[in-house]
Amino acid sequence: MARIIVVTSGKGGVGKTTTSAALAMGLAQKGSRVAVIDFDVGLRNLDLIMGCERRVVYDFVNVINAEANLNQALIRDKREQNLYILPASQTRDKDALTIEGVGKVLDELSKSFDYIVCDSPAGIERGATMAMYFADDAIVVTNPEVSSVRDSDRMLGILASKSRRAEQGLEPIREYLLLTRYAAERVSKGEMLSVDDVQEILSLDLLGVIPESQAVLNASNSGNPVIMDDDSDAGQAYTDVVSRYLGEDLPHRFLDVRKKGLFVRLFGGQR
Amino acid sequence: MQAASSESTAVFELKSGRFTLPNLRLFHTNMDQFADQLEKQVNMAPAFFQNTPVVIDLSQLSGQSTDVDFALLVGLMRGQGMIPIGIRGGTQRQQELAELMELAILSEQQKNEPSKPGASKARIDKKPAANASAALKPQNSKLVSQPVRSGQRVYASGGDLVITAQVSSGAEVIADGNIHVYGTLRGRALAGVKGNRNARVFCHNLQAELISIAGQYRVNESLTEDQMNRPVQISLSGKKLEIQPL
Repeated sequence: MARIIVVTSGKGGVGKTTTSAALAMGLAQKGSRVAVIDFDVGLRNLDLIMGCERRVVYDFVNVINAEANLNQALIRDKREQNLYILPASQTRDKDALTIEGVGKVLDELSKSFDYIVCDSPAGIERGATMAMYFADDAIVVTNPEVSSVRDSDRMLGILASKSRRAEQGLEPIREYLLLTRYAAERVSKGEMLSVDDVQEILSLDLLGVIPESQAVLNASNSGNPVIMDDDSDAGQAYTDVVSRYLGEDLPHRFLDVRKKGLFVRLFGGQR
Repeated sequence: MQAASSESTAVFELKSGRFTLPNLRLFHTNMDQFADQLEKQVNMAPAFFQNTPVVIDLSQLSGQSTDVDFALLVGLMRGQGMIPIGIRGGTQRQQELAELMELAILSEQQKNEPSKPGASKARIDKKPAANASAALKPQNSKLVSQPVRSGQRVYASGGDLVITAQVSSGAEVIADGNIHVYGTLRGRALAGVKGNRNARVFCHNLQAELISIAGQYRVNESLTEDQMNRPVQISLSGKKLEIQPL
C-alpha cells in the first residue's frame, strides 16, 4: 500500500507545485517508487516544473473517464526511473474529478507505488478537496505572511473534518508545516513573520523551512525540480525536508541572516 | 453534459448526516413522577424543547424487564412539545413494545460516555429523582481537544464548551453556557447565546476577534493592551462586558 501525501495550502503561489516536484524527486532519489499527480485540472503546471510537458498524451481526467488506462497516462521521468508523473487535463475543469474516479485511480496506483504525491490546486473548492480527501499525510505549504497563514489554518480545518480518514473515524491525517519563500533578512527587520510566529499560530510540526531563492525560478524555467540543484540553499533545504519526512532528525537550516563574508568583516562596516 | 442531465432526472439522493440529539434517560417507569419532572424541566426552557426530536434511553432503567407504557410516555413527551423519535437500549420485549408505537430502535454503539455503569448505579440508589436532571446536564457540555481552525464552528447546545487547544482567527466557538479556552483565543467566542446573562468566557490568552455574552459584544479593536495576551475571564455586568485578569 502506498502512502498518499497531499501538498496543499489554500493560498495560491506559495510553492505547492515546486514542493510537490521536489518531494517526489527526492523520494525517488532515495529509491522509492513515486507517482506525482497534478490535481490542478484546467491550470496544469506540474508537467512544466517536472520538465515533461512535451510528452503529455493522456491525462488524469482521461483515466478517470476510462478513455485511457493508467499506464498510457503515466509519464516516466527521464532522470529517475522510479518516478512517474500523472498530468492534469488542461481542457476540462475541476468538475471532472469525482470521489469514485479519484479513489479508483489512487487504489490502482497504490498497488505498485510506495508514495503518491498529490499536488493540490489553490482554493478550498473541488480540486483541493479531491486532492486531500484520500490523503494519509498532508504537507501544508505556507509563506511567512498573515494571509497565507490564515488560509493554511482554514485548510487544516478542512483536513481535520472533510477527509476520508475524518469521515470514517480513522487515525487523523498527519499534518506537517512547510514554510517556503522565507527571507531571513526581512524577518530580522520585522517585515515578515518568523518561524516561531507561524508555528505559534498554526501549532503544527515543522517539516522544514525553504529560503526565498533565485534557484527556484531557475529550476522552474529549466524543468528540473529544485531539489536537483545541490549547490542552492533551496535545493539543500528540500533535501533536508525529504530526509525529515522519512524520519531523520536534522537541525533546521537557513533560518538566520547569512553571515557576512570574510572580506566584509575585515574591511567593511563599523564594529 | 451527461452528468448534468442524469442529475436533473433524479428526484432525490440519499446522504448520511449526523445529528446530536437530546437523550432522555429513563430511570424508572413511574409515569406520574415522570410527568411532574418533565413539566418542570420543560418550564425552565420552553422554547428549547419545542419540536425537539428526542431519543428515549432505556439503558439505565431499574427493573430491567418491566414493561414500559410507551403510549403514555410518548403522549406525555408530545404534550410538552418534544418529538420522541426512537429508543436506545432496553430488552427485546421493550424494543418490541416501542416498535408498536412506531419508535425507531437506535443502535447502542456510542460507548464513549464517561459514566461507568457501576458508578452511575451507585448514584441512582441514592436519589433517583434529583439524579435525573443531573444526569441530563453534563451530557450537554462539550469538550474539544483539537485546535479549532479558521472557518470551523463549534457549538455546545444547552451547556458549556471546553476547548483544551487554541481557537484560530476566523473560527467561531459558541455555547449556551460558559466557554473555556485553555489555549490562545484568536477567533470569536459567543457565550450564553440563548440569553444566559450569567455565562462567562474564560481563556488562557486573549486575542479574540470578538467576544459576546448574551448578545452583548466587544470587538478586538475595543480591547485594551492590558486586557490582551493574558489569561482573563469575561462576564456581563449590566450592558457591559467586564474583562478581568485571572
